Amino acid sequence: MVPEFGQFALVLALLLAAAQAVFGLVGAQRLDPRWMGVVRPAVAGHFVLVSAAIGVLIYAFVNFDFSVAYVASNSNSALPTFYRVAAVWGAHEGSLLLWAWMLSLWTLAVAAFSRNLPPHFASRVMGVLGVVSFGFLLFTLYTSNPFDRLPVEQIPADGRDLNPVLQDPALAIHPPLLYMGYVGFAVAYSFACAAMLEGKLDQVWARWTRPWTTLAWCFLSVGIALGSWWAYYELGWGGYWFWDPVENASFMPWLVGTALIHSLAVTEKRGLFKSWTLLLAILAFSLSLLGTFLVRSGVLVSVHSFAADPSRGMFILGFLVLMIGGALILYAWRAPLLKSQAGFEGGAREAFLLYNNIALVLGALVVLIGTLAPLVNEALGKKSISVGPGWFSRLFPYIALALLTLVAIGIHAAWKRGRLGDSRGRLFAGLGAGVIAGLLIVSIGFGPGKWQSALGIVLGCWVIVSSLFDPVDRWRRKLTLPRAVIGMTIAHIGLGVNVIAISTVESYTIERDVAVGVGESVTMGRYAYRFDKLEPVEGPNYDGVRAEITVLRDGQPVTVLHPEKRNYWVQRSTMTEAGIHSKWNMDLFVALGENLGGGRWSLRAQLRPLIDYVWLAAGLMALGGGLAASDRRYRSRQAVESTATSTPTAPAT
Amino acid sequence: MNRFIVPVVVFLGLAAVLFVGVKHSPDKNNMASALLGKPAPAFELPVLGDPGRKLSSRELAGKPWVLNVWGTWCVECRVEHEALLQIAAQKRVPIVGLSYKDDDAAATEWLRQLGNPYNVVAVDKEGRTAIDYGVYGAPETFFVDAGGRVQYRHAGAMTQEVWEREFLARLAGGAQ
Repeated sequence: MVPEFGQFALVLALLLAAAQAVFGLVGAQRLDPRWMGVVRPAVAGHFVLVSAAIGVLIYAFVNFDFSVAYVASNSNSALPTFYRVAAVWGAHEGSLLLWAWMLSLWTLAVAAFSRNLPPHFASRVMGVLGVVSFGFLLFTLYTSNPFDRLPVEQIPADGRDLNPVLQDPALAIHPPLLYMGYVGFAVAYSFACAAMLEGKLDQVWARWTRPWTTLAWCFLSVGIALGSWWAYYELGWGGYWFWDPVENASFMPWLVGTALIHSLAVTEKRGLFKSWTLLLAILAFSLSLLGTFLVRSGVLVSVHSFAADPSRGMFILGFLVLMIGGALILYAWRAPLLKSQAGFEGGAREAFLLYNNIALVLGALVVLIGTLAPLVNEALGKKSISVGPGWFSRLFPYIALALLTLVAIGIHAAWKRGRLGDSRGRLFAGLGAGVIAGLLIVSIGFGPGKWQSALGIVLGCWVIVSSLFDPVDRWRRKLTLPRAVIGMTIAHIGLGVNVIAISTVESYTIERDVAVGVGESVTMGRYAYRFDKLEPVEGPNYDGVRAEITVLRDGQPVTVLHPEKRNYWVQRSTMTEAGIHSKWNMDLFVALGENLGGGRWSLRAQLRPLIDYVWLAAGLMALGGGLAASDRRYRSRQAVESTATSTPTAPAT
Repeated sequence: MNRFIVPVVVFLGLAAVLFVGVKHSPDKNNMASALLGKPAPAFELPVLGDPGRKLSSRELAGKPWVLNVWGTWCVECRVEHEALLQIAAQKRVPIVGLSYKDDDAAATEWLRQLGNPYNVVAVDKEGRTAIDYGVYGAPETFFVDAGGRVQYRHAGAMTQEVWEREFLARLAGGAQ
């Protein structure tokens, strides 16, 4: 009986989403306070109902209700409680429900924090969010109902277990964070659609939109980093980024979202780039939807696509066409009305932000082309080929290096009339310090490697040094240091650290794939890995073998690593658990490969310098974003009062 | 026209590509996709209870047969066992068991206690044949026609209903 309550709650939530959309959009059009008054209660009710639904699904998982098909497919009586809860979003149906729940959470936040906004505008924003919610819930109920029951005679005695790949703490929290980011861009999208419907976009609009966008971007940053970290130690190959379609699906919205954050800054400060900002707001969410489509429709095969179904693909595609196509038609109609009044000079900060935007969008385009190339090929009737990592790793570094150069220079540029000559001193000081620091790292730390990596390290140092000038200057002159400035500085330092770390890992990783027997060692520079013994292990729902590998540095033991190879009983699949020891400057990594017979095993041994900083840097970026989003000027009422007096412009027809 | 139309035009082109992509994507939910209509993967495996003998998939050619993947470690295999015994009693089609990553003694003991629905049981200790068949988890049951092609795959416990609806229908269809 309980699962039916979940389904019933979802149906009611669907109806409330419809109410939210209709009363929100039509009410704002009619400027009818009674119609618009319906919206906030609908949002609250919608949130409560979707929460109830996801609560019911969690309940079904925790209590082993194998009569629910989704539970039977993704759980097992031997599965620990933590993973039974995480199994809720371990496959398609539950992922969608989580998506819908997060959307309802974001919408609730918008409803709560939009009381300072003009009522008709807030109503439109929530109306558009209602349309998105409606589409997602309809999709869930129509093609992917997580509450579907099995016929009585097919109820299994035990479930088929959660995919062992997903039985990992990082992966348990990775999807929720990623979805928080994806779904968060729906808010920016709704603000953009509302502005286009109103036919009015000013600097105040940008100020409203900024914190929402930044917050979504923070979640996405951490989500991507967690996914990459998971791939590093769980997939057992020692890589941290595979240019896999699913990874790309999360990276594209991140790139465009980054561009959007900076474009919004220009729109707020200078009232420029209005139509460009709108387009980016639409694109960021479109790419989030496209990501969902690619992962869930099965058009692209990836290590991550666990469940896929073409009928679902058709539905999402239809939804995609309505949401993205609709917004872009609105854009083609309304954007020409939004002329920017002011101009700017080629050396001004806004110019550099524009160049940065171009680099970021270009990067997203490279990823998009690489991801969709197999599909285009297939559409043209050619054989399905996959574009290897070669396409990405050949092109993307150059875009990243160009972007970094622009960041390091652009940070010094002043708004409006900035000329590079004005900040010549800082520019050369920053460049000098950056080059010295970078070359020091390269020469002392690692020795010569690929020139791109050396350049990346130098540029990363330059960005870090450059981003410190302004806050240090403010601090020395005893000026206020708003959170926005601190946040921006931390995020830019994060970018620098990230690039330094990736450049180092790409150029200076030492890797050996060897076959060893007990007692033998593999030597890498000053380090040696000694294969000491192999013993059986048993977990709650798996058994396997664990190797004991002693790491020696100059003959002295440093640590003991325990890579494992596990057999999960129910799904009969084998998983590798890498043995990793993190030092401040590198990871000692070893993964257990195949049993080669005769007591010999294949081992993958690696020394990965600075790899942890790749993810740490993402944390810095997110921290910076969080600080910037919480800046007090977003909370002041002053901005609102200036527009509250102006009468709403009825859209031209 | 104006430049603001460009995004929607580009998007519609992309949507068309995606549409073709979805149309052509294999049905992965019915996971037999890769094998449906294709020749059943060949195997040559030891026979349970007769260690000297090897069962080759070539011996099965020419007539329809059913492959049932099972193991004593698998809870649902116990659930479907009764249905398998009833199906075997009808003697409509030979049922080949695939003892999947299992202990031979345990498998023999299981058949002795619960009854043996199989005409013959092949031992797949390493799970290589199961990988060839794309087995996701036991139990799974495949229908192979007289031409040696996989016509159906059922994942999960076999039931009388599934047997009649999917397997017998195909058996009758093949006979016509």
